Amino acid sequence: MPISILIEKCTGCSLCVKACPFDAIRIMDKKAFIDLNKCTLCGACKDACKFKAVLLEKTPLKCDLPEIKDYKGIWVFIEQKNGRVQSVSYELLGKAQELAKKLRCQVSGVLIGNKLEDQLDELVFCGADNIYLVESPELANFQDEPYTKILVELIKKYKPEIFLCGATNIGRSLISRVAINIKAGLTADCTGLDIDPAKNILLQTRPAFGGNIMATIISPNYRPQMATVRHKVFTPLEADKKRKGKIIKENFNPSLYFSRTKLLDIIEEIESTVNLSEADIIVSGGRGMGGADNFKLLKEFAHVLGAAVGSSRAAVDSGWMPYSHQVGQTGRTVAPKIYFACGISGQIQHLVGMQSSKIIVAINKDPEAPIFKVATYGIVGDLFQVVPELIKTFKEVLHK
Amino acid sequence: MNIIVCIKQVPETTEVRINPETNTLMREGVKSIINPFDMYAIEEAVRLKERFGGKVSIVTMGPPQADSALREAISIGADEGYLVCDRAFAGSDTWATSYTLAGAIKKMGSFDLIICGKQASDGDTAQVGPGISTHLDIPQVTYVKKVEEATDKHMRVERMLEEGYEIIETPLPALLTVVKEINEPRIPSLKGLMRAKSAKIVILTQKELALDPQQIGLCGSPTQVVKIFTPQPRAGGQMLSGEVSDIAKKLVDLIKDEVI
Repeated sequence: MPISILIEKCTGCSLCVKACPFDAIRIMDKKAFIDLNKCTLCGACKDACKFKAVLLEKTPLKCDLPEIKDYKGIWVFIEQKNGRVQSVSYELLGKAQELAKKLRCQVSGVLIGNKLEDQLDELVFCGADNIYLVESPELANFQDEPYTKILVELIKKYKPEIFLCGATNIGRSLISRVAINIKAGLTADCTGLDIDPAKNILLQTRPAFGGNIMATIISPNYRPQMATVRHKVFTPLEADKKRKGKIIKENFNPSLYFSRTKLLDIIEEIESTVNLSEADIIVSGGRGMGGADNFKLLKEFAHVLGAAVGSSRAAVDSGWMPYSHQVGQTGRTVAPKIYFACGISGQIQHLVGMQSSKIIVAINKDPEAPIFKVATYGIVGDLFQVVPELIKTFKEVLHK
Repeated sequence: MNIIVCIKQVPETTEVRINPETNTLMREGVKSIINPFDMYAIEEAVRLKERFGGKVSIVTMGPPQADSALREAISIGADEGYLVCDRAFAGSDTWATSYTLAGAIKKMGSFDLIICGKQASDGDTAQVGPGISTHLDIPQVTYVKKVEEATDKHMRVERMLEEGYEIIETPLPALLTVVKEINEPRIPSLKGLMRAKSAKIVILTQKELALDPQQIGLCGSPTQVVKIFTPQPRAGGQMLSGEVSDIAKKLVDLIKDEVI
């Protein structure tokens, strides 16, 4: 059994019971007992035990480990759509540079697509020491299979020790396939990345259970150490036009670019011009909006602020807003600088999708609404009075 | 059309709350449910079966009590349930989980389509679906919001992106992961509930699957959890009160630096 209690050391103090995030430990006859059906072997009990009574076999038995010392450098998958690099890729280059200082290594971007020359300078200015560029007309748009095969080949050839990728719809599909192919550890949606100074390994911290607990994850015995990160978690470097970088063009046999799935069309359908995931400010409405027409008020407010319009599930289910605007557990997770929650009560499913926002402004009639517990600034009142007043005041301040 | 749906039993997250005094998770009496996204996967599979005939098989990896999730799936139209359950699989990360489920699927016989929810509500990784298709070497389409056309040889689907959607054609067999927008799951019928009660659940252990012991469970998992902790709660907020015009001025003063 990979986990067990050393009965002679256990005092029945129940520290482990409190530490267990999975409710898997009970005290029976003054000794701890682990319910293995609930246990996930996370090790929280081992850390909590003062008597070294928890035995946890964490070391893999004997696996085919790659030569870890051969792996060097930090790579970032540069996501492009329509030939334009997505903002999350710049954010990752910024973080990668910070990690690279600790590891004393270089940062490289991998860019796949067609006719991307005009994007290269900006990537170098924002932190790419090298850019591996793979261009071909068949690669203009993302497709799972060719992009996976290219990344697998490049990783095998150049052996990066860390590989970062945006947690976008494209990134999450692609990088999962790559990690399976090369047998690497992959941690999704990291909100913190750091280097363990003693072991020089990547510490990947991510929320679980809708952000109710945080877990720090490592993959010490496999390379590269792979992680995805959502939009807006890290900040891009300021573009430094003096920075120099190397462009390395890679060509493969065109058979590698074959895809069994065929992309027939791409349809854009965002109502406003601002992508929810990338927005710095989001104005969201919930059940308190009272109807589809009233969202015009939020759209006006959003227009003044240059913001995107979001929505709670209640407003989507009522047909007031399309699903693509839904924030929350079954919609999108966002972390803008400012999130306005207008007429949103703040059910836990909504909170998990927006509680990492820097500033949360809640406007609600009900002073007991749970949204006020996470709000940076709370306003108890009628949103149909408050929002127009905010529009007026912001217009004055912004001289619009 | 033979369809396999992969599901996961998860705690109903609304009930997972932090005890403010001890700062630990309160999970007393937390109900287990089918991962909400998997409900859409089951529903889509049942709808395809109703159009094309064939059967819907559900597979889950988990402890013995995940039996109830399989029965719930049968109550809303699935035909059979497979429970992949063995202590040897404990501690699996997404790599080992997808390897194990792919092994179970091979054992379950031929299939035309695999459907998964886009992600599980407890882990949120969205990695196991693509992991399974990679282990089985079949094409995948993730974040599917609509099946536009289907035959027994191919499918044309709409795949959701951040700012719109793509129309993708895939040959079968293939794996889809689906989002909420794809359908409205049905509620169980009385007949379904009766069938679920008496259905026989097939248990698959390491003995039946005979997977490479180096690739399963803790040993087969490249990632390890080193620390679990509760996040810092958000710092206490500030309530703004007074006349509406005063409130607006106060708020604008407080946040205007972030706007400009």
